[in-house]
Amino acid sequence: MKVIFKRPESLSSTPTHYCPGCTHGVIHRLIAEVIDELGLRERTVGIAPVGCSVLAFNYFNFDFQQAAHGRAPAVATGIKRARPDLIVFTYQGDGDLASIGMSEIVHAANRGEKFTVVFINNAIYGMTGGQMAPTTMPGQVTTTSPRGRDVGDVGYPIRMCELLASLRTPAFIERVAVHNPKQVVNARRALKEAFALQKDNVCFSFVEFLSTCPTNWGLPPYEATKWLEENMLPYYPVQNFKRPEKEEKNAG
Amino acid sequence: MGKVLMKGNEAIAESAVRAGGLLYFGYPITPQSEIGEYLARRMPEVGGCFLQIESEVAVVNVLYGAAGAGARVWTSSSSPGISLMMEGLSYIAAAELPCVVVNIVRCGPGLGGILPSQGDYFQAVKGGGHGDYRCLVYAPSSVQEAVDIMPLAFDRADRYRNPVIVIGDGMIGQMMEPVEFKEQKFPPLPPKDWATTGCKGRKPNVINSLYLDPIEEEKLNFKLAAKYEEMKKNEVRFEEFNTETDYRVLLVAYGTTARVCKTAIRQLKEKGIDTALLRPITLFPFPDERVFELSQRADFVMSIEMSTGQMVEDVQLAVGRTKPVFFYGRTGGMVPSPEEVVAAVEKHLGGKE
Repeated sequence: MKVIFKRPESLSSTPTHYCPGCTHGVIHRLIAEVIDELGLRERTVGIAPVGCSVLAFNYFNFDFQQAAHGRAPAVATGIKRARPDLIVFTYQGDGDLASIGMSEIVHAANRGEKFTVVFINNAIYGMTGGQMAPTTMPGQVTTTSPRGRDVGDVGYPIRMCELLASLRTPAFIERVAVHNPKQVVNARRALKEAFALQKDNVCFSFVEFLSTCPTNWGLPPYEATKWLEENMLPYYPVQNFKRPEKEEKNAG
Repeated sequence: MGKVLMKGNEAIAESAVRAGGLLYFGYPITPQSEIGEYLARRMPEVGGCFLQIESEVAVVNVLYGAAGAGARVWTSSSSPGISLMMEGLSYIAAAELPCVVVNIVRCGPGLGGILPSQGDYFQAVKGGGHGDYRCLVYAPSSVQEAVDIMPLAFDRADRYRNPVIVIGDGMIGQMMEPVEFKEQKFPPLPPKDWATTGCKGRKPNVINSLYLDPIEEEKLNFKLAAKYEEMKKNEVRFEEFNTETDYRVLLVAYGTTARVCKTAIRQLKEKGIDTALLRPITLFPFPDERVFELSQRADFVMSIEMSTGQMVEDVQLAVGRTKPVFFYGRTGGMVPSPEEVVAAVEKHLGGKE
């Protein structure tokens, strides 16, 4: 019998604790598939954040470190500087990366640390129960913005790809989504590009995933997908922002 | 190699390099910036890594990552910067990662000043960060001793899989003294088979401090506690001065202050007041047994510090109510003079107001 579908070797058999309709599971699988395809599993170290994916180390079948809230890029810097031969990626949510960890991500990107960042943007704090994030949409109701995000009071959501793309050093920056099969295929391509660049020791790579949080958005999964399309896609365009051009590899 | 004249900060840096501390991450802060400056020049010569990081908050997490990947890694800073590292140090202790943190203490609280102080005793010895953990803490009182302690600090960090703090003060960091770099031999260390170095040929390793199950978290706490008990058994270090003969007063002081006390003891001797000194070299574990033993031969004990009284609490714990324990300290960057220490001792002898 021919096997046509199986669990990637990089994924463990532990069932995840993620809510129904959450995209963490899809994104975990994409990472595992890409690492398998590139043959990197035996030298990969993932870094789990604080947030819903704090237990990510249970779901992958390779080495992991669990980082303090927001500090994953600093931890990744330490691993990569100690062992440049290892393949290192951080897996961070929007509260972790865009709020408490803003300093660490900006400076690691600006140093051009040669690891990969997988950034999950679902416009809300998940694990703590649905509070406003730096990425929460204008008018979006959360437990700490019960009348909707008031941009006059707390400002507009932060677009991380655009912010990092304004820096000269970081060379691969792309925003993707996984709310339909076409987007999943595109996301997988971007993720593979990011890890391949790291494998070739080319540059810092950053992939932002637009994600749904049906539980804390208070929507059934399908409705959540529609909410993402209608509200997040116009503000957070899915596109590549930066890609190293081959001849620029060695340019200042 | 003979003796060379070196500034404390640079000597500490050179000693660390020779001990294999080839990964250094730091952020500038007075009065220890020469450590980073020295390493920025030195590390490329020895194939090491010096990297200036954006903040002390990030530095300690870079240490976490590098230590977790099996590297011998260290940093240095001064009091306000060390405060910023406390969260990460708690994670490092919990995940049982080895690293060395040098604190060239300046006066505080707050931004304080840049002059020497011993106001970080509580922070170093009693935890500093959140949760139930301890660091092994060495307190050199000369540049030579700081140089000698660095290889030991790296060895013990690896041996116990625990952060080690080397606590100096602005004086130790800034003064120049002749030093000799002596090669030190240690027994072989166990392999770092727990490190995240890629899972080829083994099951994945995880560096973690999250235990949601209270039974598991308690297990970790008890395991750490057992390790600290081992340190108490094996790692206590101290120096005695003038304890071979009879004495009426026992001084307890560490670091720069202990040197002031030695001069004071000579002056007291001229006045016919026999005084001894116990100088803790490890602040954790504290030499409480020896402090108690020596206190029993004295009329009273005095803790002399550059603070408003921190180590004195450990002296009191060691002595109990068996002998009076007094305190004298200067703070805010003021270093006590030997004459002041003499006067403080005389006051308690009833000879002076």
